[in-house]
Amino acid sequence: MVDTPHLDEEALAELQDVMEDEFGILIQTYLNDSRERIDNLKAAIREADADAFARTAHSFKGSCINIGAPRLGELCRDAEKAGLENRLNDAAPALEAIETEFQRVTRALESLMAGDAR
Amino acid sequence: MDEPGAENGPLKILIADDSDSDRLILKTLLKGLGHDVLDAANGRDAVRLFQSGAPDIVMLDALMPAMDGMEAARQIKRLAGERMVPVIFVTSLTEAGDLAQCLEAGGDGFLSKPYNRLMIKAKISAFNRMRLLHQALSRQRDAMRERNRQLLEEQHVARRVFDNIAHTGCLDAANIRYHASPLSVFSGDVLFASPRPAGGMLVFAGDFTGHGLPAAIGAMPVAETFYGMAGKGFDGSDILREINQKLARILPKDMFCCGVMVEADFAFNQLRIWNGGLPDGWLVRSSTERYSLPSLHLPLGILGADQFKAEMDVVRTRPGDRLLLMTDGVLECSDAAGNLFGEEGVRLALENAGNEGHPFDALMRGIEQFTGQLNFGDDLTLFCLEMIDEAGLAVLPDALEPSSLAGPTEWTCEYEVRERTLGEFSPLPLLFHICMEVPGLRRKSGEIYTLLSELYNNALEHGVLELPSEWKYTQAGFDRYYEERTVRLGRVGGHYIRFRFHHKPVGPGGRLHVVCEDSGSGFDFRNHPALQSAAVAHSGPRYGGRGLVLLKRLAESVRYYGEGNRVEVVYEWCP
Repeated sequence: MVDTPHLDEEALAELQDVMEDEFGILIQTYLNDSRERIDNLKAAIREADADAFARTAHSFKGSCINIGAPRLGELCRDAEKAGLENRLNDAAPALEAIETEFQRVTRALESLMAGDAR
Repeated sequence: MDEPGAENGPLKILIADDSDSDRLILKTLLKGLGHDVLDAANGRDAVRLFQSGAPDIVMLDALMPAMDGMEAARQIKRLAGERMVPVIFVTSLTEAGDLAQCLEAGGDGFLSKPYNRLMIKAKISAFNRMRLLHQALSRQRDAMRERNRQLLEEQHVARRVFDNIAHTGCLDAANIRYHASPLSVFSGDVLFASPRPAGGMLVFAGDFTGHGLPAAIGAMPVAETFYGMAGKGFDGSDILREINQKLARILPKDMFCCGVMVEADFAFNQLRIWNGGLPDGWLVRSSTERYSLPSLHLPLGILGADQFKAEMDVVRTRPGDRLLLMTDGVLECSDAAGNLFGEEGVRLALENAGNEGHPFDALMRGIEQFTGQLNFGDDLTLFCLEMIDEAGLAVLPDALEPSSLAGPTEWTCEYEVRERTLGEFSPLPLLFHICMEVPGLRRKSGEIYTLLSELYNNALEHGVLELPSEWKYTQAGFDRYYEERTVRLGRVGGHYIRFRFHHKPVGPGGRLHVVCEDSGSGFDFRNHPALQSAAVAHSGPRYGGRGLVLLKRLAESVRYYGEGNRVEVVYEWCP
């Protein structure tokens, strides 16, 4: 898992190709979505709702895979699993790992965008 | 029809995903492939968009808020009805159980994340091919359904027309039982029964080669000929000749009609029967005593008039005897293993009937047990006629409305049949027709026909042919009588039978004088018991005396002249 890259350059290149001018919008949409999802994961822990935690992690996982953030996707999968298995104790560390990875992905995507803009 | 049909043409695709970024990617991908996209962020909006936008293909995320993809798939499939709208789940689910749930909800396939342009393109075109195939099949099925509906409707219309010609006649009589499907005419089976003007019945059961419309079309002229001629008093042989000739003329070479004609005379207790190509008929007296009535002729519509033999065989019967007729469908019934019911099946069923059981029920039960089916289709006809005392038959309603046309009331007419014609032609239908022209006399058609046929048959059989009526008292003599009758009809040179009619109106009714004279040597009418007193009417069912007794009962007066070869009958009638 440690080997899984933060960003999948190939997937992102294809997305860029597909989205053309809308690539920037897509990245912004993804980042906004993700922030909202992280808030939802926090709320789920607060309310001890393992089910909601798993569902949100599942959706988050899907969009991470699609956008080309595989390591974040794997962390989401771990979180989904914890939720499904009702391990609320493991949820908080899983969320912490997600937040940390998300910071990295955000930075990497933003620099990609900046580079792209250049 | 603007079918988004062409295999590579643009499609309208509905996508639903709560992840904005995923939705954006998919939407852009699909648009890039040339399709129109409707998008929703949850299941509920997806269902709504499906109703308003009528997309060709639907792509759903499995897990969504408000309504998840499975429920949306169920509702969309329900709304689509018979229309094939592929539903593809776009999902990162990997558990087999979860995927199975998607399929159970009506999903047709999956597309996993991350999206791959080539994969999406291939999936869309695969599902579009499936959709188009389904569409083509549905159209064909609808077309077939419509054709079938049309065909059934046409059959029902044709059936109504057929029924107008071949009204059920007297098939509803108390002594008749039959099985014939309402649409059996389209499998080639026909069944007619008609009361005869002078009493008794005529029955015809037929089976045309072929099925469907051709078989039914052949049935029309047969029905019309049968009922038309039977009502005018023609006998079975005349009608057979006419039907044969008509069918030979109108049917294609490979089409013909197997048939049985039966003249039932309940007063005489005899049947006259002609079987051309149908399975053996049966005269059933008891479970142990029965007689087969096999086919002795070619079917109708094959032979030319000069080769066609329409002579009917005479069968003596007893009250309670039952005549069974059937079409090939009975013998051709098969069981689950494909064995045929056959003549053996008929024989066994009749043997098992016992003395109490009705042979009709026994045979129907036999077929049911053999085939294991309660409904054995359209293509078999079974008919049973019981010989009963004519008095027991409810009077058959006179279907004829009194004519509003004025007709002859004051007339005379002389008609003479001579020489060879005596052996070849019966003048009865013609004479009957002349009398029926008198307004009001039609209501007495039964009596008039009886009167004329008694006069004519006496003149022919006893006068011209000099057949002794005593012969008819025994079975041996009975057979001899009819053999001899045929022989002597070939030697009628120098003979004649002459009818002279005179009708005049009397009050609201009228008086009909009939003089019938023949060239025979007459008989000793002065000492004939039937002409002496009313007492002879009780002397028993002696066939020889029956005719005279009948005449005396119907007519005002019956007088013999000359050597007994001229008889004058006065018939008075009131409407």
